[in-house]
Amino acid sequence: MTETDLAQAVLAGDRLALARTLSQVENGTAQGRVALSGLFGHTGNAHLVGVTGASGTGKSSLVNQLARSYRHPGDGKLPRQVAVVAVDPTSPFTGGAILGDRIRMRDLAGDPGVFIRSMATRGSLGGIASATAAVVQVLDAAGYEMILIETVGAGQSEVEIAHLAHTTVLVEAPGLGDDIQAIKAGILEIADVLVVNKADLPGVENTERALRGSLDLAHPMPHHFVHHGQLASIPAQDDKAEYPQPIWEPPILRTVAIEGTGITGLIEAITAHRLHLDASGGWELRERWRLQTELDILLTNRLVEGFRSRLPAGVYEQALEDLLGRRLSPFQVVDKLVDMVG
Amino acid sequence: MSERKIRVLIAKPGLDGHDRGAKVVARALRDAGMEVIYTGLRQTPEMIAEAALQEDVDAVGLSILSGAHMALVPRVLELLKDNQQEHVKVFLGGIVPDEDVPVLLELGVIGIYGPGTLSETYVNDIRKAVLAVRA
Repeated sequence: MTETDLAQAVLAGDRLALARTLSQVENGTAQGRVALSGLFGHTGNAHLVGVTGASGTGKSSLVNQLARSYRHPGDGKLPRQVAVVAVDPTSPFTGGAILGDRIRMRDLAGDPGVFIRSMATRGSLGGIASATAAVVQVLDAAGYEMILIETVGAGQSEVEIAHLAHTTVLVEAPGLGDDIQAIKAGILEIADVLVVNKADLPGVENTERALRGSLDLAHPMPHHFVHHGQLASIPAQDDKAEYPQPIWEPPILRTVAIEGTGITGLIEAITAHRLHLDASGGWELRERWRLQTELDILLTNRLVEGFRSRLPAGVYEQALEDLLGRRLSPFQVVDKLVDMVG
Repeated sequence: MSERKIRVLIAKPGLDGHDRGAKVVARALRDAGMEVIYTGLRQTPEMIAEAALQEDVDAVGLSILSGAHMALVPRVLELLKDNQQEHVKVFLGGIVPDEDVPVLLELGVIGIYGPGTLSETYVNDIRKAVLAVRA
């Protein structure tokens, strides 16, 4: 199958072609890039929902329940096509990985409206793999309407999911640390929806109170606007919209994922966030932000590759030696290399 | 870019709940630099074939201690074939009586690794079989 055929087969709903395209894209092959180019025009329709939080809070079980609810919505609503991208860490020593998120997703087996793909981080530290964005684009083009992206067990600074997802769900569980954890910078700030899972365990009130406290503190502060502040920056140039709710206040919900308790409320919150993004102009801003991030990364990689290929042989290695020997500083080395190529 | 990783699905079809061996194998393959998709207990052949397709794996390891291997293994092989995944290498762990071994190998299973097998044995077999397909 040629690469263009591969893209066509993905668009036609061929699951085998989809799985193979995902591998090509994940491996960063030339075939993957060609397929992605053929598919990119068909992306931009899916609602990307990130699910993040510490290890053992129940992310996989929650994703399982969310996917189930989107498949069996009740109330006469149409089922949605659901894709799950589940990321687990790569061993820094062996390069291997155990990808175990499917264990909790057995309920989704046998449903042709669901596609689950496990990914290893392959050295990325931000909670997702560097190829996750591209993998998500392929699934988007393949027609999956809800794409649930489960990060690795994330503690404090694994915030890259916020650059990728439209809606970020942060999962906490009772008994995982004191309230100072909640006021540290980082992962709490990226949450659009907060979930206290395992809400049948003791301590749920404390966890909820700590989260609520930190959100109340965060709200009037300007730093909270760095993330949601993109929303606040538009009104001046855009007069068409009445901003019914210009600032989104992250709700705090309780769930017991293994029993399916609280899932309806979570789905409603995700839908409400989507509506908020649509109404506030946040959807376009996030798209712009996301694609700009991706563009910058690709551009940087390409420029560095091109730059290196134009350096005379041995110069880069010599520069590295100068650094190691403390003869030049990193800034001096960069100046020297750039001057050399011009 | 990066070298292409070997992706392996480890599954326990059937009804026995002894997954210690499957976990040891998963860990050994991870330590050999492979990406191991671990699906857990009580998988049907249909679930295994579906997961193998979605994950685009190179190999599938089945751990069976229930004695149902002569029913489960041929079914998994058949479903892989139906999905155009004949290239996926299947290996077994668990308890398989000697007289069943040649039958299963004849069906296309690349190796059967009972208790006490050294991890380097199956790691090397899997790597060799997968790289031969890719070449």
